[in-house]
Amino acid sequence: MKMTEEQIAQYKGVFVFAQQVDNEVSGIAYELLGKAKELAQPLDAQVTAVLIGSGVANLVDSLAQYGADRVIVVDDPELKEYRTEPYAHALASVINEFKPEIVLVGATAIGRDLGPTVSARVATGLTADCTVLEIGDFPLVAIPGQTQKHNQLLMTRPAFGGNTIATIACPDNRPQMATVRPGVMQKIEPVAGAKAEVVNYNPGFTPNNRYVTIKEVVKAVGDTVDIMDAKVLVSGGRGVGSPENFKILEDLAKVLGGEVSCSRAVVDSGWKPKDLQVGQTGKTVRPHLYFAIGISGAIQHVAGMEESDIIVAINKDEDAPIFDVADYGIVGDLNKIVPQLTEALKKAIAEK
Amino acid sequence: MKIIVCIKQVPDTKGGVKFNPDGTLDRAAMLAIMNPDDKAGLEAALRLKDQYGAEVTVLTMGLPKAADVLREALAMGADKAVLVTDRVLGGADTWATSTTIAGAIRKLQQTDKYDLIITGRQAIDGDTAQVGPQIAEHLGYPVISYAQDIKVEGDKVIVQRQYDDRYHVLEAQMPCLITALAELNEPRYMTPGGIFDACAAEVLTMGRADLVDVEDGNLGLNGSPTKIAKASDKVRKGAGEKVTPDSPEDAVAYIVGKLAEKHVI
Repeated sequence: MKMTEEQIAQYKGVFVFAQQVDNEVSGIAYELLGKAKELAQPLDAQVTAVLIGSGVANLVDSLAQYGADRVIVVDDPELKEYRTEPYAHALASVINEFKPEIVLVGATAIGRDLGPTVSARVATGLTADCTVLEIGDFPLVAIPGQTQKHNQLLMTRPAFGGNTIATIACPDNRPQMATVRPGVMQKIEPVAGAKAEVVNYNPGFTPNNRYVTIKEVVKAVGDTVDIMDAKVLVSGGRGVGSPENFKILEDLAKVLGGEVSCSRAVVDSGWKPKDLQVGQTGKTVRPHLYFAIGISGAIQHVAGMEESDIIVAINKDEDAPIFDVADYGIVGDLNKIVPQLTEALKKAIAEK
Repeated sequence: MKIIVCIKQVPDTKGGVKFNPDGTLDRAAMLAIMNPDDKAGLEAALRLKDQYGAEVTVLTMGLPKAADVLREALAMGADKAVLVTDRVLGGADTWATSTTIAGAIRKLQQTDKYDLIITGRQAIDGDTAQVGPQIAEHLGYPVISYAQDIKVEGDKVIVQRQYDDRYHVLEAQMPCLITALAELNEPRYMTPGGIFDACAAEVLTMGRADLVDVEDGNLGLNGSPTKIAKASDKVRKGAGEKVTPDSPEDAVAYIVGKLAEKHVI
């Protein structure tokens, strides 16, 4: 299934799947545009946002402000809510028609479904959850007798629960596709008044066996705190003991102007909603200060928080793996330490 | 109804992760287990078996020793097991893996009619979440990822599909592929009788020649569009300080001192 050099040469430009939900652009789309702009420079290429939805034309300008030179809009009533099939058909058709050399997709609950489906449909590779994207040579070092290709997308990703790092290329197929988790790349400062070239494109949507029916949409209710924006996170694990006992963590978070987050075990136990979960299957966070309280430090958790500036761990098990990543590890009883810590910090802050 | 559950043998990264003194991963010290999301997928299939009398076939691709997870699945209550193993399949990325598994499922579909394919959302070694949707794409089936609840009504499945801030209740025509979340359920244990029978049970082994409608150029390392440029074990920044204070007061004083030192407060 390798492409010929002539085929590869037809693919130009850096494309971003501009995810929107309820006609609101997701933050990940802006973050990917920021990265796409960087990648486009050495390639001397254009940045294109692919906007898919129903009645979404009003979102074009914001994509331009965050770095899109061009926006391809696929607007159709079938695309109102995300469903794999019409969206995969939309994005795959755009790829086949416009032939981008790079396509970036957010590693969200939508992108991690759309990305693999589309990559299989257009028969190319996809690298998941990249943390570094850069343009370089493949192989990295020239090997005698093998062509070294230049201007390749080099995609670096953690694997094995964040314990190994691999840099991956897709040298013989186009587009080169990557997904990136929210919070990993930086968006640019929006450029007021920026305009993008707009291209409307509709490949036609004919429902088939692969179209599923949405019978109901159930939105999470209550506070939707985004733990990815917090500067201080007080995160609790199963060691906290009960949902009620999270109160002591909330008190601590409040004193420091932070938010409460949690481990997967807590979500699995039904104590906290999924959107507060830190880790490989939850959110990647990098606050200035991260408290891991009663969290053993399963590798899935560590993968989502190890980039925090300062990590303080409190756990009664002195062998807990969380101590391997903590800057300050305290072996002790969280029930005694946390309330007193809250009081002490309240006092220390008041005295300042 | 007949169900195929795709499972993978993975190194256990949960809790028991051990590091070498240089901060790299000590793989030899880790156990091989059935991938947790896959196990939830198997449990979901077994519940459909309990409810509707479904026949459950487990399928894995890997080295011959991957048959261990198939036997575990049989001991939990699966009816049939298929091992896809062949030297030429080694080094496959998600494209080549999904191509292979789709070829094996086509082979099974020649003699039986399977209604539902269940995979785990993602494996804890690669964490890509790609193989399930890609198998569906190769087979032309509808895919529902991130399933947190599965019901069957006639020739349709009704699935709760999880998103970041909501879930959708989706209805899909079978045959259909569903990827399961570990939080879908609490997998059952193997039974003593099940373990006994599983040891004696036959595992159907497939090789390259058994795969249907698959080209050599899409298999194994050579058929993988993604290529590794470099790989390394991540060297962690390492542990900082660890203290065991005599009292909660000492613990608090220690933390407050450190936060002041770092100008957090």
